[in-house]
Amino acid sequence: MHHDLETTHEPTGYGVYVLTWVSLVVLTAITVTAAGFHFGALSVFVALGIACVKAGIVLSWFMHLREEPRLFHIILLITVLVLVIFIGLTFTDVLYR
Amino acid sequence: MSTHSVALARHRDYVGSKVGMWLFLVTEVVLFGGMFLLYSVYRSDYPHDFHAAAGELDTLVGTINTLVLLTSSLTMALSIAATHHGNRRLALIMIAVTVLLGGVFMVNKYFEWTAKFHHGIYPGSPFLLAHDKGEIIFFGLYFTMTGIHGLHVLIGMVLLTVMFFKVLGRPADSVEFVSGHGLQRADGGALALLDASGHALWKSEPIDGSIERIVVQTKYRPVPRRFRVEDFSLLENVGLYWHIVDIVWIFLFPLFYLIT
Repeated sequence: MHHDLETTHEPTGYGVYVLTWVSLVVLTAITVTAAGFHFGALSVFVALGIACVKAGIVLSWFMHLREEPRLFHIILLITVLVLVIFIGLTFTDVLYR
Repeated sequence: MSTHSVALARHRDYVGSKVGMWLFLVTEVVLFGGMFLLYSVYRSDYPHDFHAAAGELDTLVGTINTLVLLTSSLTMALSIAATHHGNRRLALIMIAVTVLLGGVFMVNKYFEWTAKFHHGIYPGSPFLLAHDKGEIIFFGLYFTMTGIHGLHVLIGMVLLTVMFFKVLGRPADSVEFVSGHGLQRADGGALALLDASGHALWKSEPIDGSIERIVVQTKYRPVPRRFRVEDFSLLENVGLYWHIVDIVWIFLFPLFYLIT
């Protein structure tokens, strides 16, 4: 990683953020509409799937993760993995009790 | 008189401060993750109670609050972009709008909660205790999770207000050249402005223990199109916090409001 005093970035244009916001609003509309249909047990996974996409968009664009060094991606990946392991292991107990 | 120049670099660890912020955000994710774990376990235990209880929540209010928070994330990002473009006025306006939208979110939350209280729904209320166990747990989780989330929004609003005045009170940018250990090397010396022939145009008082740091004051955003990544890292870190609070709500919204 090379970050000296002269490190510069071209500033991101305002339009990119407005587009990011538009996509988040559209996804919100989709998730509210989808909740009206009855997918049964699947509906929670549809809602969570859309929420994950929205979170990914916020992380990538609003939080600039796509411009950050790999270290930041590793930190986030480990966090998500820990949560998945916690929840996954708990459910191996809860579901087969 | 011989002048001995010392190479004095400004020390600001931009990457270090960002890594620190992200590590803090990780603890926030784990904090809410633990509560999401509780939610998912109890929901799998009492699916019907959760569906019935979620019917009490107003989807419209939840949707409006989602849009308010998403928009506040936009204005947050725009305020940081504005500082990068050297547009201080826009940055200030956008920070103010972000705080305002956070306020709108909290006011909505206030009316939502008081409406619940009027219906007799609050933790430990006689009305709620007469209901099924799963519904009691649902509202316990609802008040805890949206409450702690709301607390985060409040903290974010306070931090942003501080940042507003920090940006406002910064008409001139200053580049820090020496602080900490660097000062010891300059101790007893003086600052000088030299022309091309090395002639001192101006010389400062001797540097002694009373000097805390040596800065060069510049005009606000001297190079508009390019910015140094370490500039405004404080505002960027507050922005990261604001966005993670938004992400938590992105998950809270469908799990509490959309499962009817």
